Amino acid sequence: MGEPSPVLEMTGIRKVFPGVVALDGVDFRLFPGEVHALMGENGAGKSTLIKVLTGVYAIDGGEIRLGGSPVQFTGPLQSQKAGVSTVYQEVNLCTNLTVAENIFIGREPRKFGRIQWGLMRKRAAELLTRLDLNIDVSATLDSYSLAIQQMVAIARAVDVSARVLILDEPTSSLDASEVEQLFKIVRRLRDEGVAILFVSHFLDQVYEISDRLTVLRNGKLIGEYKTAELPQVQLVEKMIGKELAVLDDLEEKAQRTRTRTAEAAPILQATGLGRVGAIAPFDLTINAGEVVGLAGLLGSGRTELARLLFGADRADSGELKIDGKAVTLRSPQAAMKHGIAFSSENRRTEGILGELTVRENIILALQASRGWTRPIPRRKQDELVDKYIKALQIRPADPERQVRNLSGGNQQKVLLARWLITEPRLLIIDEPTRGIDVGAKAEIQKLVAELSDGGVAVLFVSAELEEVLRLSHKIEVLRDRRLVEELENTEGVDADRIMQTIASGANP
Amino acid sequence: MTILKNRLFWPALILVALLVVNMFTANQFITVRDGHLFGVLPDILRGSAPLLLVALGMTLVIATGGIDLSVGAVMAISGAVACLLISKLDNQGSLGSVLLIIAVAIVASLALGLWNGTLVAAVGIQPIIATLILMVAGRGVAQLVTDGQIINVQSSPYAAMATGHFLAVPIAFLIATAAVVLTVLLTRRTALGLLLESVGGSPTASRLAGIRAKRITVMVYVVSGGFAGLAGLIYSANIKSADSISAGNLIELDAILAVVIGGTALIGGRFSIAGTVIGAILIQTLQVTVVAVGVPSKATLLFKAVIVVALCLSQSATFRQKVFGRFKPSRPAVVAEVAA
Repeated sequence: MGEPSPVLEMTGIRKVFPGVVALDGVDFRLFPGEVHALMGENGAGKSTLIKVLTGVYAIDGGEIRLGGSPVQFTGPLQSQKAGVSTVYQEVNLCTNLTVAENIFIGREPRKFGRIQWGLMRKRAAELLTRLDLNIDVSATLDSYSLAIQQMVAIARAVDVSARVLILDEPTSSLDASEVEQLFKIVRRLRDEGVAILFVSHFLDQVYEISDRLTVLRNGKLIGEYKTAELPQVQLVEKMIGKELAVLDDLEEKAQRTRTRTAEAAPILQATGLGRVGAIAPFDLTINAGEVVGLAGLLGSGRTELARLLFGADRADSGELKIDGKAVTLRSPQAAMKHGIAFSSENRRTEGILGELTVRENIILALQASRGWTRPIPRRKQDELVDKYIKALQIRPADPERQVRNLSGGNQQKVLLARWLITEPRLLIIDEPTRGIDVGAKAEIQKLVAELSDGGVAVLFVSAELEEVLRLSHKIEVLRDRRLVEELENTEGVDADRIMQTIASGANP
Repeated sequence: MTILKNRLFWPALILVALLVVNMFTANQFITVRDGHLFGVLPDILRGSAPLLLVALGMTLVIATGGIDLSVGAVMAISGAVACLLISKLDNQGSLGSVLLIIAVAIVASLALGLWNGTLVAAVGIQPIIATLILMVAGRGVAQLVTDGQIINVQSSPYAAMATGHFLAVPIAFLIATAAVVLTVLLTRRTALGLLLESVGGSPTASRLAGIRAKRITVMVYVVSGGFAGLAGLIYSANIKSADSISAGNLIELDAILAVVIGGTALIGGRFSIAGTVIGAILIQTLQVTVVAVGVPSKATLLFKAVIVVALCLSQSATFRQKVFGRFKPSRPAVVAEVAA
């Protein structure tokens, strides 16, 4: 496929930040008409490489050639003009403007200084049709799903300049069918000759879409490979630089505890619990020391179910028993009194408080449950925080650092620490491993297994079936805001079996 | 270097500079006369009390991401209530009755704060709109209380709140100091400060962490109302009358300015009581200085604006980088040349 002349060639790229060498002699090539995945853990240098390429950072060494001639970008605008466009993880568009406005913002077609709205809409519609996206361009962006918004962002990027397209974690908040829709567009652009740089934490997606991949680790180039010739396990080993023993450990542990929890007492029993418009009435029992997995597509009601059990939303039907006693959870505080903890899927908007320090974030829930009149003594705070920074290996191990300066994986660990110090009996975690690197992911999964061994019940919500299968004793499958099936995680249960239920809905 | 980087360095420096100007221009900067402190400095401290009180409450409200525009109106109402009740006393000099009336006025102000807090937290109206309601309606209420008249009182215990001295120190300043100490204890000795900053950072995340975000929001508006009420009493005690029109007029803007000068961001989150104290005293000193150095009254507002702009620029990282940043790299370069 690829002709032997790359559209983009980076050689010996070096970038130094005070005290850190972020990129050390990294080479990277991108051919027209290929999807090239850039792989590495958080902190490996992926983002730095992208920022160097788009002119956000100036390089300290090396050379960037675009279309054969050396370039030196001093800003994103300049790189965009030269044909390098980026679509970021979080959609960088204005959701309150229309689709057409978003595509042409800053470069509206004008005549005598007046914006030609008709022409703008017409061109936007043409562009989207070319990408097989038939939507109303005069509707505001927030009337469409995140996936569509993401595609509009891509359409804009492609229209601005179409030689090199960088997709930075474009799928992190999309469900399976939306990812498929997005990939269709990516493939079409690839076939048109656009060189696409793809960054994702989802290995399966990387294997599905990419032709070639480059692996970075600690700012150094590990190698460039043809995707088809590199097995997944080897890729992961190259990324984290150690064998995947942690994950193998887990498999055994889950098997072991499964037998033990059979006689454990139920902590929580929901009968016909539901909320109109959020989740249809469901029955669910969670025992002490049990890991219950919630599987289902995005929008299938996973989060809604979890929120009911935490009192984040109120149930309007059914009954909830905790330790055999009927309770009504009117608020998160009420649930916390019963030893229930909930870590939200929206880490940044519903989880961490970026401006506050690691210490303050960790003690927050415990402090909230004590009330403002009974502050946790500072010495006790330091003790608890130190303990959990060590136990969860939060990096950097500085309790007085603002949480917003930590990587996603470490923020997630801070959130988990926040709940662990409240010593919950039931921990509800919604998408704890989304958008974090493989190493941190494995550590969090290990932690869940350990908690369960220690008698804590865990309700584990995740879009990744492998993860749910690996950890759970019991799997609840959701579809269209309805709990459709409960599966004991025994030998015969695998991802295909769950996918079937998600797809068909009924018991096979 | 670390002192220079402190957010409060520039406001503190300007405050000191203004005070130094006053030392030279004023007849008496600070001295003891008739057994109490006398001069420009005690006047500044005494005069800044109402603004300081209002700004304290404002700091807590802004920390939660809100704003309280009604403080001026609350000042007017509390002064009106107090003066009306005092004017009906048989003996206006009775300390007990006056203290009782002060308590009544403050309870009324707390209730007004509760009204604001309820509109914001329970009804979900945006703070700027919710408090705008009382800002406009409150002055009407104050005028109803005073029946549209200016009520004059002849109560020496009441007047002492503003003009009296205790152990040679102005009582108004002592009241403001007590309020500052109380607020610091309330926020930093308990977990209230942390929870406030958390709610200001993200109400949703705070609620999911088990914080009673609504309750805390209501509380800060109640505190703000109470402090505004106290400020209104000092204001009306100073002029020995209730003036519903001019009491606390535009003070909300000065209070917001004091908070911002003190380094608390308007979007909520981290707050600084010390910063607010410096900010409020700075604004009062500025007002005194303008008169002292003989800036024509036509130009005082402009003069004030220039100082405030300079202050805001000094706190802007971008501006500092642009102005001072270019001088820094030249030095190592010179050294390098010599070494080579």
